[in-house]
Amino acid sequence: MAFQIDNLTTMEAFNTKIPDGPLFQKWTKYKSSVRLINPANRKKIEIIVVGTGLSGASAASALGELGYRVKSFCYQDSPRRAHSVAAQGGINAAKNYRNDGDSVFRLFYDMIKGGDFRAREANVYRAAEVSNQVIDHFTALGVPFARDYGGTLDTRSFGGVQVSRTFYSKGQTGQQCLLGAYSSLNRQISRGNVIMYPRREVLDLVLVEGKARGVIARNLITGETERHGAHAVVLATGGYGTIYYLSTLAINSNASAAWKAYKKGAFFANPSFIQIHPTSIPQLNKFQSKLTLMSESLRNDGRIWVPAKKGDKRLANDIPEEERDYYLERRYPAFGNLVPRDVASRAAKERCDAGYGVGDTGLAVYLDFRDAIKARGIKTIQDRYGNLFDMYKTITGINPCEEPMRIYPAGHYTMGGLWVDYELMTNIPGLYAIGEANFSDHGANRLGASSLMQAAGDGYFILPITIGNYLVDEIKELLISTDSKEFADAEKEVIGRLEKLLMIKGKQTASSFHKRLGEIMWNYCGMIRNKKGLEKGLSLVRDLKDEFWKDLNVPGTYKELNMELEKAGRVADYLDFAQLLITDALRRNESCGAHFREEYQTSEGEALRNDEEYAYVAAWEYAGEDKEPVLHREYLKYEEVEPKVRSYK
Amino acid sequence: MHFTLKIWRQKNSLARGSFETYNLDDVSPEMSFLEMLDALNKKLVEEDKDPVAFDSDCREGICGSCGMYINGHPHGPVPAITTCHLSMRYFRDSETIWVEPWRAKPFPVIKDLIVDRSALDKIQIAGGFVSVNTGAAPEANSLPVNKEKADEAFDSSICIGCGACVAACKNASAMLFVSAKVSQFALLPQGRVEARQRVRAMIEKMDELGFGNCSNSGACEAECPKQIKLVSIARLKREYYKSY
Ligand SMILES: Cc1cc2nc3c(=O)[nH]c(=O)nc-3n(C[C@H](O)[C@H](O)[C@H](O)COP(=O)(O)OP(=O)(O)OC[C@H]3O[C@@H](n4cnc5c(N)ncnc54)[C@H](O)[C@@H]3O)c2cc1C
Ligand code: SF4
Ligand code: FES
Repeated sequence: MAFQIDNLTTMEAFNTKIPDGPLFQKWTKYKSSVRLINPANRKKIEIIVVGTGLSGASAASALGELGYRVKSFCYQDSPRRAHSVAAQGGINAAKNYRNDGDSVFRLFYDMIKGGDFRAREANVYRAAEVSNQVIDHFTALGVPFARDYGGTLDTRSFGGVQVSRTFYSKGQTGQQCLLGAYSSLNRQISRGNVIMYPRREVLDLVLVEGKARGVIARNLITGETERHGAHAVVLATGGYGTIYYLSTLAINSNASAAWKAYKKGAFFANPSFIQIHPTSIPQLNKFQSKLTLMSESLRNDGRIWVPAKKGDKRLANDIPEEERDYYLERRYPAFGNLVPRDVASRAAKERCDAGYGVGDTGLAVYLDFRDAIKARGIKTIQDRYGNLFDMYKTITGINPCEEPMRIYPAGHYTMGGLWVDYELMTNIPGLYAIGEANFSDHGANRLGASSLMQAAGDGYFILPITIGNYLVDEIKELLISTDSKEFADAEKEVIGRLEKLLMIKGKQTASSFHKRLGEIMWNYCGMIRNKKGLEKGLSLVRDLKDEFWKDLNVPGTYKELNMELEKAGRVADYLDFAQLLITDALRRNESCGAHFREEYQTSEGEALRNDEEYAYVAAWEYAGEDKEPVLHREYLKYEEVEPKVRSYK
Repeated sequence: MHFTLKIWRQKNSLARGSFETYNLDDVSPEMSFLEMLDALNKKLVEEDKDPVAFDSDCREGICGSCGMYINGHPHGPVPAITTCHLSMRYFRDSETIWVEPWRAKPFPVIKDLIVDRSALDKIQIAGGFVSVNTGAAPEANSLPVNKEKADEAFDSSICIGCGACVAACKNASAMLFVSAKVSQFALLPQGRVEARQRVRAMIEKMDELGFGNCSNSGACEAECPKQIKLVSIARLKREYYKSY
C-alpha cells in the first residue's frame, strides 16, 4: 500500500506566527505592534477577495473602508446569494447578556473542547475575543436580531454548551447577517473602493516569484477567461460539503479555488474533517439534488427519539410515551438533546443501523415538539421556529406542530481547509484564506453558531489588520501587470483544461459522476470510517476518475454560457480532491470529533483520541499529478487547556 | 408522471427566442420543479443537445437565485414559495407546462431562463445600507429597540431579491423590493439616521434603471415567495414624501 510510507517532514515547514505571551494577551499585543500602512499608500494597493459570503463580503467591505482597492468575485449573479445566506440557527458571542457565567474564555474553551482538541488555541481564543464586536457591528448595520420585550437582544442555546450565547433572527440568521455584510459591501462599491465581479468563477491562482499576485477567472456569461492582478489574494470560497453530492450546501459550492491553490503549493489542512449535521430532512427521492437542514436550534425545544421496539411501524403519535426511546437523553444525561453534532449524528446512525429507524427507508429519527408546545405554548414555539416549520411543511407536506419531524444526518460543514497561520495567510506569501475555506478554528468538529461568528470575525476584524503586515513590504510594487508570462501561462492552462473537458465527448453527464462520487464518499468516508473501507473508497474514486475522463459529455463550447462545463470542472477537481480527503482519513489512526474510525473507539462506542501521536494538524502538500502528497505535521500545543476526554454524559 | 414542457429557448441576449416542446416521462411527484428540469437536462446532455439554462444555487428558498414564469405565474402556481421549493405533486399528470424567463425591461434575458437582475443590486448600492464603519459600532444593547418594531423590521428584511415582484408587475415596478429594504431600516433606530437620503437615492436609482411605477394592482404581493406585504409599499411612499 502506497499510503503507508510516511513522508514525514519537519516542523520547519511551518511558521505559525503565533505571538508570544499569555493566550489572552496575544491579540492585543499583536494589534499594538503590527506594522501599519499609511492611508495614502493603501490607495495604491489592490486586493482580490474571492467569495462574497459572510467572510468575503465582510473582508471586502472592511478593506474598502481602510482605503485599499478591492476586487470582489463570486460565481452567483449577485454577492447576496453566497451560501452564508442559508445559515439558520444563529451566531455566537461571549456577551454574557444572560448573566449565566459566559465569558470569552468559556466560549474559547467550548470551541476547543467541541473541536475535540484539534484546533489551534491562539486562533480560537482570538475568534472568541472578536465575537462581541461582530454582534455590535451587525446590530449597528441594522441586522434585525431577535429581541426581548425590554428591547435588548435575545439569545438562545445551541448544541454542545451550557450557556445561552446564540444571537438569532428566527431561523434566518445567516440571511440577515449576510445581507448586513452585503449592505456594507454595497456601501464600498458605491464609494468606488470595491469593484464587484459577479458571475465569475476563479479557476486558477497566479504566482509571481512565489507570491500570490492574481487569479484567472472565467466570465460565466461570455465564457471568456480574464486575468486579474493584485498585491494579495484572499480566498473566502466557503466549504466543500458537496463532495457528498447531497449535502446542506448550495449545489454549486465547490473546492475548486482552494484546490487550485493547493496545486500551486498551498497546504491543505485536515481535509477529512467534515461535519455531518444530525438534523436534516432525509432524502425523499432518487433525483434529489440537495438536502435541507433543519437548524440545530430546534434541539433546544425538540426531543429526539425512536421507537423502543425494533421496526415499529405505528404512526409516531400512536406510540405511547413509555415505548419511546429518547436515546440522546438516555446516553448523555448532562447534555441530552444538545450534545455536539458529531455525537448526535453517530447516535442517530447507530439507532437506524440497529433497525430502530423510522419512515419508509428506516433512515430517519423523530424530532418532536409536542412537549415544548405543551410547556411553552404554540405561539412561543412558532415565534422561535416559524420559518423552519413552514419550510419543513413545504418540503414534506407534514406539519411539525402536529406530527414529529423526521430527520437524518447530512454532510454540512468542512472544518478542514487551506492551512493558515495566525495572520490567516497560507504558506504562499500573499495568499490568505478566511471563513469556512480555512481550517483553523473548529478542530475536528464545529460547534453550532460559531461559523458565522468566525467568518465575520475573520473578515471584519482580523484579516484587515493582519494583511497590512504583509502589504507593508509590497508598497514598492506598483500595479501588478497581468501581461507577464506567469499570467499568460496560467490562462493557457485554464483554457487547455476547459478544452480537454469539452473534447471527451462521452456519454455521461457531470452530475451523474458527481452523484456516484458522493455515494462513494458517503459510504466509505462519511460518518463512520475504517481502514478497509477507506482503501476501497480510494480505489473506487480512482476508477471513477478514469471513467470520467473517458466518458464525460459536455455539449457546447467554452466561449459561451455553459453550465455543464462549470459543473464538469468542479467535479473534475472533486475527483482529485476526494483522494486527498480519503488519504487524510486513512492516515489519521484515531477518532476525533467528526472523524470517527471504527477501529478506535471506547467500549461505550465513543471516539477514542490518540493525543500522543495525533495531536497535530495534518497539512498536505501537493507533490505532483498522481504522486502521493506530502504530510506536514503542525503539532498542537495546549497551554491554557488540558486536552481531556470529551464527555457529554 | 409525464409532462409536456413548453420552454423558452434563447441562445443569448441578442438572439431571438422561441418556445420548444419537450416530453418528459418518469417524473416523481416528490421532485422539485428544478429537479424535474435537471432530469430533462440530463436527457438532453446525453443526446448531446444544449441543456436548458436556468439559475439556482441554495435550492432551499433563501438565496433568490432561482425564478421563472411557470404557467403564467412567477415561481409557479403555488403561493409563497420559490421555484426550487415547488414540488411536482402540485401538477397534474400529463399536464402541459409553460416555462418562461422573467419578462421585464430592466431584466434582459441572458440565455433561456436566465435573466440579468443586476439592476436590483444597483438599487441597493445606491442606498440600501447603514453607513457605519467597521469598529465604530456602539455596544449592541446600548440602543434598545421595541420588540414589535424589531419583529416588523425582520418581516421586511426577508426579501430574497429574486425579482418575482418585478416580473409579476405589468409596469415592471420594483416598488415591493425597494420597500422591503426601506421598511427594514425605517423601522429600526439604526436605520433612521439616514432614512431621508436612503429612500430618495433608492427611488431615483429605480426610476433611472427603467423600472415602472406602482399602480396598486397588487400582483407583486400575490407572487412574492416571501410574502412581503403591500403595506411596505405604503410605508415606502410615506418615507419618500417625508423626505422632501
Ligand atoms: C444550511 C446551513 C446552515 C448553517 N447554519 C449555521 C448557523 O446557524 N450558524 C453558523 O454559525 N453557521 C451555520 N452554517 C455554516 C455557515 O453558514 C458557513 O460556514 C459560513 O456562512 C461560510 O461562510 P463563507 O464566507 O466562508 O462562505 P460562503 O458563504 O459559502 O461563500 C462562498 C463564496 O465563495 C464564492 N466562490 C466559491 N468558489 C468560487 C470560485 N471558484 N470563484 C468565484 N467565487 C467562488 C461563492 O460565490 C460565494 O460567494 C450553516 C451552513 C449551512 C450550509
Ligand atoms: S419582494 Fe418578494 S418577489 Fe420581490 S424580490 Fe423580494 S422576495 Fe422576491
Ligand atoms: S435556488 Fe436559492 S432560492 Fe431557489
